[in-house]
Amino acid sequence: MADKRLRIIVAKPGLDGHDRGAKIIARALRDAGFEVIYTGLHQTPEMIAEATVQEDADAVGLSVLSGAHMTLFPEVLRLLKEKGADDVAIFGGGIIPEEDATKLKQMGVREIFTPGASTEDIVKWVHANVHPRE
Amino acid sequence: MSNKQEWLKSSYQDAKERPIRFSTVSDMEIDPLYTPQDVSGSYDEKLGNPGEYPYTRGPYGSMYRGRLWTMRQFAGFGLAEDTNQRFHFLLKQGQDGLSTAFDMPTLMGYDADHERAQGEVGREGVAVSTIDDMMTLFKGIPLDKVTTSMTVNCSASVLLAMYLVMAERTGVPWERIGGTIQNDMLKEFIAQKEWISPPAPSLRVVTDMIEFCAKKVPRWHAVSISGYHIRECGSTAVQELAFTLADGVCYVEDAMKRGLNVDEFGPRLSFFWNIHNDFLEEVAKLRAARRIWAKLMKERWGAKSERAMTLRCHAQTAGASLTAQQPINNVVRVAIQALAGVMGGVQSLHTNSMDETLALPTENAVMVALRTQQIIAEETGITNTIDPLGGSFAIEALTDKMEAEAMEYIRKIDEMGGMLKAIDTGYPQREIAEAAFAYQRQLEKNEKVVVGVNKYSIPEEIPIATLKIDRDLEERQIHRVRKNKRERNSTSVKDALKRVAEACRSGENLMPPICDAVRVGGSVGEISDIYRTEFGVYTDPGWI
Repeated sequence: MADKRLRIIVAKPGLDGHDRGAKIIARALRDAGFEVIYTGLHQTPEMIAEATVQEDADAVGLSVLSGAHMTLFPEVLRLLKEKGADDVAIFGGGIIPEEDATKLKQMGVREIFTPGASTEDIVKWVHANVHPRE
Repeated sequence: MSNKQEWLKSSYQDAKERPIRFSTVSDMEIDPLYTPQDVSGSYDEKLGNPGEYPYTRGPYGSMYRGRLWTMRQFAGFGLAEDTNQRFHFLLKQGQDGLSTAFDMPTLMGYDADHERAQGEVGREGVAVSTIDDMMTLFKGIPLDKVTTSMTVNCSASVLLAMYLVMAERTGVPWERIGGTIQNDMLKEFIAQKEWISPPAPSLRVVTDMIEFCAKKVPRWHAVSISGYHIRECGSTAVQELAFTLADGVCYVEDAMKRGLNVDEFGPRLSFFWNIHNDFLEEVAKLRAARRIWAKLMKERWGAKSERAMTLRCHAQTAGASLTAQQPINNVVRVAIQALAGVMGGVQSLHTNSMDETLALPTENAVMVALRTQQIIAEETGITNTIDPLGGSFAIEALTDKMEAEAMEYIRKIDEMGGMLKAIDTGYPQREIAEAAFAYQRQLEKNEKVVVGVNKYSIPEEIPIATLKIDRDLEERQIHRVRKNKRERNSTSVKDALKRVAEACRSGENLMPPICDAVRVGGSVGEISDIYRTEFGVYTDPGWI
């Protein structure tokens, strides 16, 4: 079990087209040895939840820079729960004010990375906090 | 000692260099010294005086001695009335042109009441779904006196139509309104990623707008060929220069294919550059851009009009260069970038606010950003003489180098069959992603420094006030859009939308039927839906 490669979805929910960060993270996670699926832009929460189940992912990284995170993140959490996949580790990043990050973590988002976070920090966090789902 | 190589061997070699790589933020290596040996060609051929071919030193004869650049702060948030208030504030502060930021639903061609708009209404810009929203947005603004820039692309045809219909309703003839609509779809596929339909039909809409404006709205710039977003997406300065000009090549050649005269539409093309941290590189980029464009116009397309040959541009300081850490430092970054823009001879400038990595800017932060431009214009003396860095060995050598490297990219894209083909294969997209990744690696290895982030960081950040967008406004906007749709004559809207669809199929210019649809109340989302049905929907190939 321990040597199973973690599968991570990197997703861009909503209408925001800022994909520089998401692509860099996707690539850094792939280089770190994880199996990475990048959804591409303009995904609805439904599309992301569906992909998570289909791909049997262990974690989902959400990137939002448009300010819509308080709508989109909770919706992904809700849909994953509905599909019985609420043990998938959800983490995220973007232009997310600290008070929103606190609220999102209370709702079940495991971690929020904000501007200036290094890919190394994110890779380390995944190693320490994401485990293969049963 | 006048020989550079000898000097490098004799005098320089013994001097001790700091153990770093001397390169620009784009990783272009820089020599310790530039001398007359690094510059070639005659003054007239390479530089020319300001307002003279090849316009390296500036598009106009008198430059800032004749007229300062337009100080144009990009603004938009919340509902139309919120942004209208900000517009009036900015004009009162001495700003002389407006620049509109729309929210994501508007930019992507969705009305506020569409399910895909959920959570996004008014957050990243102002929400405009109907002509009524547009009228509220510009309430009290004299459209014949203030020029307006609208940053919108895949739904640009609708927003331009709304602006035109608004002018009609306020009694200002189309010949008297001036402004710019970004409308650069090619760079959307390359960098900013706001799209509705695939590249080919998207280009057709752009060319329709170029044709329409050339005939009916003579003071309007129907496209602002933009490098800004290419750079923000992580490109190097040379890539920004090259891909933007290659996009320009594609627009010009598509318009010429349609039989339009380059001397007629050429003068209405404008450009939009990013101004990043690396001072000399940015100044050189702006100068190289003017020279390349003048040569393309004259030699490749046989333009005769001087105005068609001159590249005129707006510029914005680099959003991606700002840091969330120690945000007040951003004021300094913006000032230096703005100075580079002015030294490079821009016609219009937006300076970012210090708080823009955290949220949309507060009124106070915007005022500091605008004052930065006013200090450069009024206090530094930079504007007294034209192209003050012209003739510097370093600047001229870098201008030449960037021109040569950009031309190499343009040649490659020509060989691929042009920018539409290059975009289909993902060439510019991948080049940019590579550069973005390489830069991130350099940051993480501390090979490049960002003050306050990977050097000189402090444990406790000092928070600054940020703008909060009221979450209830989405409901209010949805309500407003639905009410508007209930109250209009739905038969006329249906008929008008049908005519837009017919124009999509027949190939006739789309602008007249879109204006008609707007006149009877057709919305951004409804007209964009016609594009979705008629031209198809583009989806992200998701390359990493």
